Amino acid sequence: MTYRIVHYINQFYAGIGGEEKADHRPELREGFVGPGMQIEKLFNGEGKVVGTVICGDGYYGEHTEEARAACLEMIKSLKPDILFAGPAFNAGRYGFACGDIAASAGEELNIPTVTAMYPENPGVELYSKKTYIAITSDSARGMSKAVPAMVKIGGKLLKGEKMGPARLEGYIHRGIRKSFFHEKSGADRAVEMLLAKLRKEDFRTEYEMPVFNKIPPAAPVKDLKTATIALISSGGIVPKGNPDHIRVSSAESFGSYDISEIKNMTPDNYESIHGGYDREWANQDPDVVLPLDIMRELEAEGVFAKIHPIFYTTTGTGTAVANAERFGQEIGEELKKAGVDAAILTST
Amino acid sequence: MTREIERVAGIPVVQIATIVPIMLTVGTNRVVPGVAIPHPTGNPAMGPEGDKAVRRELLLRSFKAMTTPITEQTIFEK
Amino acid sequence: MRLELHKIHITGLDFADETYTSGGTLFINKNEAEALIAEDRRFAKVELDLACPGESKRIIPVKDVIEPRVKIEKKSYFPGFFAPMEKTGSGKTLVLDGAAVVTCGPIVAFQEGFIDMSGPGAQYTPFSQTRNIVLYVEPVENLEKHLYEAALREAGLKLAVYFAKCCADKEWKADEIQVFEKGDTFEETQKYPDLPKVIYVCMNITQGLLHDTYLYANDLRPALPTLLHPNEVLDGAMVSGNCVSACDKNTTWHHLHNPIVQSLYARHGKDINFLGMIPTQESTVLDGKLRAAAMNLSIAQQLGADGAIISEEGYGNPDTDLCLNAKFFENAGIKTVLVSDESAGTDGASQSLADATPELDAFISTGNVNEMIEVPAMDKVIGCKEAISLLSGGAEESLRSDGSMFVELQSVIASTAEIGFNKLGCEWI
Repeated sequence: MTYRIVHYINQFYAGIGGEEKADHRPELREGFVGPGMQIEKLFNGEGKVVGTVICGDGYYGEHTEEARAACLEMIKSLKPDILFAGPAFNAGRYGFACGDIAASAGEELNIPTVTAMYPENPGVELYSKKTYIAITSDSARGMSKAVPAMVKIGGKLLKGEKMGPARLEGYIHRGIRKSFFHEKSGADRAVEMLLAKLRKEDFRTEYEMPVFNKIPPAAPVKDLKTATIALISSGGIVPKGNPDHIRVSSAESFGSYDISEIKNMTPDNYESIHGGYDREWANQDPDVVLPLDIMRELEAEGVFAKIHPIFYTTTGTGTAVANAERFGQEIGEELKKAGVDAAILTST
Repeated sequence: MTREIERVAGIPVVQIATIVPIMLTVGTNRVVPGVAIPHPTGNPAMGPEGDKAVRRELLLRSFKAMTTPITEQTIFEK
Repeated sequence: MRLELHKIHITGLDFADETYTSGGTLFINKNEAEALIAEDRRFAKVELDLACPGESKRIIPVKDVIEPRVKIEKKSYFPGFFAPMEKTGSGKTLVLDGAAVVTCGPIVAFQEGFIDMSGPGAQYTPFSQTRNIVLYVEPVENLEKHLYEAALREAGLKLAVYFAKCCADKEWKADEIQVFEKGDTFEETQKYPDLPKVIYVCMNITQGLLHDTYLYANDLRPALPTLLHPNEVLDGAMVSGNCVSACDKNTTWHHLHNPIVQSLYARHGKDINFLGMIPTQESTVLDGKLRAAAMNLSIAQQLGADGAIISEEGYGNPDTDLCLNAKFFENAGIKTVLVSDESAGTDGASQSLADATPELDAFISTGNVNEMIEVPAMDKVIGCKEAISLLSGGAEESLRSDGSMFVELQSVIASTAEIGFNKLGCEWI
């Protein structure tokens, strides 16, 4: 079988012109134009560039909706097995156009897409999670390496071959961690890394420290005596029997339960299902994780107005940060709607 | 989770948790250090009365945390 | 200190009238072995089963794995458990190399896991490559959980020592003798004054039921960091009493084989001067974490360490211990490499650690605990196949009606062992 390849390039690589022709409208030409020749050659008879879609970088940037729609229509008409876009090197608008059309074609037509850019191209930040971006040098002088890099990744995607780590395959990673088998054990790799570090040689950490988001603190509660306070926990405290089947670890959901009639958490009404700590104490008295008993006392004493009737809960062990953030957003929405003034969240 | 609740609801969220460094890393703004991982809001080793006293003190400190204006991540120690 | 491991390579298992080895096969007197474990009145049911590499068998839920060993002269092992309390690490030890006792039974908590002897799940655990004697037990009704955990832990050790002792009592011949020999740190430093001094900090889960580790039969939870000669580690000083999540539990088998200890030992006198191992805690209170990190550093400094390898056990709050150790050591000028798994979510797109610190700039990854894997049905399930719904990494929908499972990697025993035994590690894609 011969793969049907469609290639996207800008007005410059199509030989139409430079900046003065940047408003060039989407145009479809049969066969390859410019760098497409090398793409077809590298496929060695296994693939044919059936058409080249050309669009001016200025037009794509300024009329993105129209440009995208027109280009997609052209690409679709060619019934491609794969779309290549670029290489865009360090050209910002071209990078944006390549990333945008590759991501859109991948999503709309459900075909593999590959583009190529210099890591600092602004298109990388926008589209690296939505398409494969082969790594190139910063200028067209790197063309002879950039096209083979793109074709190698495209070939693997077309053939359904296993894709290795980004750094070895030569593309910009999509922010996803995946397990692979190394040649050496973790222990041997650790000792080698330490030796390199002690000798002040280069070494490559296998995970760079993440930077977590932070936000400015919310304004304080003005008058505690009139405040409604919500109780939330990631300590796995649930009604006995875990009616909503919240997972013991790696939670993908949270529960919300009416506690307006409950004065005190006891082993008869609530329990802990958390898979990450010794639950002996929590199961003797869940108040050691979710302090409802004393909250009721303080409520009765008038220290604050009232406990929000709904209590939110999940298990916070092995829970993906993305899920934890989603739980937070959903709970946040509900608290906002209910007009809650503050919350106490307990974690184990 | 705490950070997102605070951001979306726009209300102070006080987190009672034992491992303070994690809270600071993930962006909790008002931290009240808990007793221990398996029992953040109590200390069963101190008997029922002691346990409750610990819980009351932690909650009162949480109220102080939620009523205190702050400009950066703050740990409310005893 | 000189330790000789006299290894009989075990390549087959079979039940027989006596327990002995011959031609690479470990023959087992099933009735006698079961009766030995059934002596413990805390068990209502005791049953032995065998599982060898390549067979279509699944063992679930697994708690611990122990290599059968015995001191050749004293006929005992694991001080404080099945040997008198005394120092380990010297003399001759008989090892049934390639055989393993696997303990299995109704779950204590959520942290047990499974072993597939063949199929795609097998590649993730070293125990698909060992000849396993599976000890399945059921506790008597209403046995308190801590007692059940202790009973099962001790039963596995007891059975492993018993097999090795039976073999030692009969005729046997070692296929291989492995020698570990090293003097005290003072002697070695005089011998190798120019080599960088390296210490290994082995973090252990010490957080309560099914979350504890034993050093010379002493619970490490209320203990303090200390220093061991590497031979002690390789000769039964450390025993696992925990599962954390199954994937990153250091089983007793792992402690006996500690790959970081072995890898550092192999470089001792050549590239480094290996000072020893600090078994340390992962506490449930912040002061405990700070204390452990401070004392780990103190021991390393007293010995003049230039570098350290630090391995985690578990994930989540122990990530803070990992960060504190990295921070304290690096700020004191001791170069560190940290070994840990990642909890990057089922899609791999989440942040991998619960905590972070800029000093942690040399990280060895042992895989993503949340990665989803599909494992087919096995012809035989030893234990209880429904247990998967209760385990960390499993869910009610994990077990399909055809017996196949779709689960997180963390439910496979030792799949992301942070002691660095496996070759698995995360990369960006």
